[in-house]
Amino acid sequence: MPTEELTYREAIVAALREEMQRDPTTLIMGEDIGASGGPFKTCLGLYEEFGPARVRDTPIAETGFVGAALGLALTGFRPIVEIMFSDFLGVCFDQIVNGIAKHRFMSGGRVKVPLVIRSIGGGGLRFGAQHSQTGESWMLSVPGLKIVCASAPDVAYTMLKAAIRDDNPVLVIEHKALLSTKGDVAIGTEPDGALSGPKILRTGSDATIVASLAMVPRALAAADLLSAGGIEAEVIDIRVLRPMDTRPICKSVRKTHRLVTVEEQAQVGGWGAEVAAQVVHEAFDYLDAPPARVCLPDYPLPYSPVLEDAALPSPEAIAAAVRALM
Amino acid sequence: MAAPARQSGPSIMTTREQAASEVSSGGAGRNVRLTDENRLALYTMMVDIREFEEQVQRSYLEGLVHGTTHLCQGQEAVAAGACLALRQDDYVSYTYRGHGQCLARGMDVEAAFAELFGRETGVCGGLGGSMHLTDISRGLIGAFGIVGGGIPVAVGAGLSAQLAGRGQISVSFFGDGATNIGAFHEAMNIAQVWRLPVLFVCENNLYGEFSRIDHTTPFEDLVRRAAAYAMAAVIVDGNDVEAVHEATAEAADRARSGGGPTFIECKTYRHRGHSRTDPAKYRDPAEVEAWLARDPLITYRAGLEAAGVLPVGEADAIIESSRSRMKAAAQQAAAAAWPQSHDFAAATFA
Ligand SMILES: Cc1ncc(C[n+]2csc(CCOP(=O)(O)OP(=O)(O)O)c2C)c(N)n1
Ligand SMILES: [Mg+2]
Repeated sequence: MPTEELTYREAIVAALREEMQRDPTTLIMGEDIGASGGPFKTCLGLYEEFGPARVRDTPIAETGFVGAALGLALTGFRPIVEIMFSDFLGVCFDQIVNGIAKHRFMSGGRVKVPLVIRSIGGGGLRFGAQHSQTGESWMLSVPGLKIVCASAPDVAYTMLKAAIRDDNPVLVIEHKALLSTKGDVAIGTEPDGALSGPKILRTGSDATIVASLAMVPRALAAADLLSAGGIEAEVIDIRVLRPMDTRPICKSVRKTHRLVTVEEQAQVGGWGAEVAAQVVHEAFDYLDAPPARVCLPDYPLPYSPVLEDAALPSPEAIAAAVRALM
Repeated sequence: MAAPARQSGPSIMTTREQAASEVSSGGAGRNVRLTDENRLALYTMMVDIREFEEQVQRSYLEGLVHGTTHLCQGQEAVAAGACLALRQDDYVSYTYRGHGQCLARGMDVEAAFAELFGRETGVCGGLGGSMHLTDISRGLIGAFGIVGGGIPVAVGAGLSAQLAGRGQISVSFFGDGATNIGAFHEAMNIAQVWRLPVLFVCENNLYGEFSRIDHTTPFEDLVRRAAAYAMAAVIVDGNDVEAVHEATAEAADRARSGGGPTFIECKTYRHRGHSRTDPAKYRDPAEVEAWLARDPLITYRAGLEAAGVLPVGEADAIIESSRSRMKAAAQQAAAAAWPQSHDFAAATFA
């Protein structure tokens, strides 16, 4: 399959375009995503190609349009909604956790909810405490929802396509610090249908680093630092938080004997805790050190650049966490 | 001394009862007496807000302001006019576009710049940033980055004021786009059924981000929202600082004496784009031009000069002095240290 170098942003647009071309029951709704192409230009050109009926600007009304997506999904459409900043998931939390995630179950499995919520989150851009959260773990404890994290253009592309074809509600978290990053994308690939989970990005024998979103490139940079000092880290992009499949991670830890998770959110309630618990349960005898977690400190993300930089896990901090286990 | 020539905003009564008893319309009701000193203060405050925002814009381009910033040039009359009608002990909630309210409540400009620059001397120690200037000592209870987020909070401060019984009021400033979000409607309803001393000041600048109001909202006169809650309401020319002041003063009097909340729609316009370097290409140039001609600073200056309140030429001196004060404050702020050793635990929990 030929690959094309795309930015993360272009990869999102490409996935949306192809799926909207393929399936006339898809449509996308969000704030300023129409003629303007989206505040982050993640819908550029869609309005021109698919028109105002399928590319819909909404009022500032997250509860309203996310709830409406459930109504569309129940009646034959495959809605996609864009939440401009993941932080605004908080506004429509009820529709997602009490509605979208439970509706099929409460109907006795008699209805389908093919619905995608794309939300653009993450720190590093000095947007302050209300515009920098990833929201990864906010809904981690909600059965009935799938949660995907896009760490690179190819992941954004394939995961979004798979999410749109999925017959269940999928929250796709994108990261705004990654929007301009470039990578090879196998354009035109058919998603295999399933949202496949953890992916090994770099092999190593001494420690396993599991990361999500913008922490993935930082984990890879940490592996470079470690390698220079003779430590070979295996780096895994977790990609799917729900349903969580830790088998590839357990397999890796059986080889490396050490686990470090890296996530851009507070430690308590983070997915790293679940990964560590499952690894301890499944691979306890293989561990040479207790699993370690690299997270944000336990306070909201500060605005000031020096403080924000200090709060975000750096490659050096990740490498140090690995070294501490050796 | 005669009042300066100005354009009174149109007025609308939302319910028959209110027309009968409660609502005075902007510019047409009780005659709020402004002294010449008040008028000069209003003008000077608008100049300060304008010059502050212009300096923020320059500092942003110099890389001193980080992330994003939302400026209010063109909307100065709302903050200046409304805040002059408030007491020191009143409460104000506002938005990411709230620098004007902060200045109008007396926030120290150097501490404001330092916050925008992320410095230790910032009014929030560098933790908040441009979208979150807060100074509770001045009743500036918070700048909210989530659209609509500050409206219920102002209702809570209004309840606090009602319970305290000292005649305080609470004011929420928010945009036209915010009237489409649930929090706004819930807050309006609570304030009305509990007769809370809350003023809902809607700065209708016709746009929410890149979308014109007719694209997202079924009508342009947002006072119609208030009718649904049987709330007193008034439309004022938001570019007429005295009209804004008068409408606010009337509503504040009513609220202080137990008469309940008022919705005040201020028709205004932002001169710049939504945020940062947004060139606002989505706006009709003719519309922009018409509003620029109604720049509240220009029209008020002309009115004050015609009325002899402001000697011709003195406005230039006011502008010049404000500009250099803002420049000096920004320079001071830029020279301040980065926060290094914050006590985050103390900032997170009391
Ligand atoms: C809940 C929520 N949704 C979306 C946004 C993104 N956003 C920031 S400002 C804005 C427009 C708000 O328009 P308006 O209320 O008219 O205020 P203005 O910016 O014109 O002052 C939007 C959509 C947000 N901050 N919060
Ligand atoms: Mg607006």
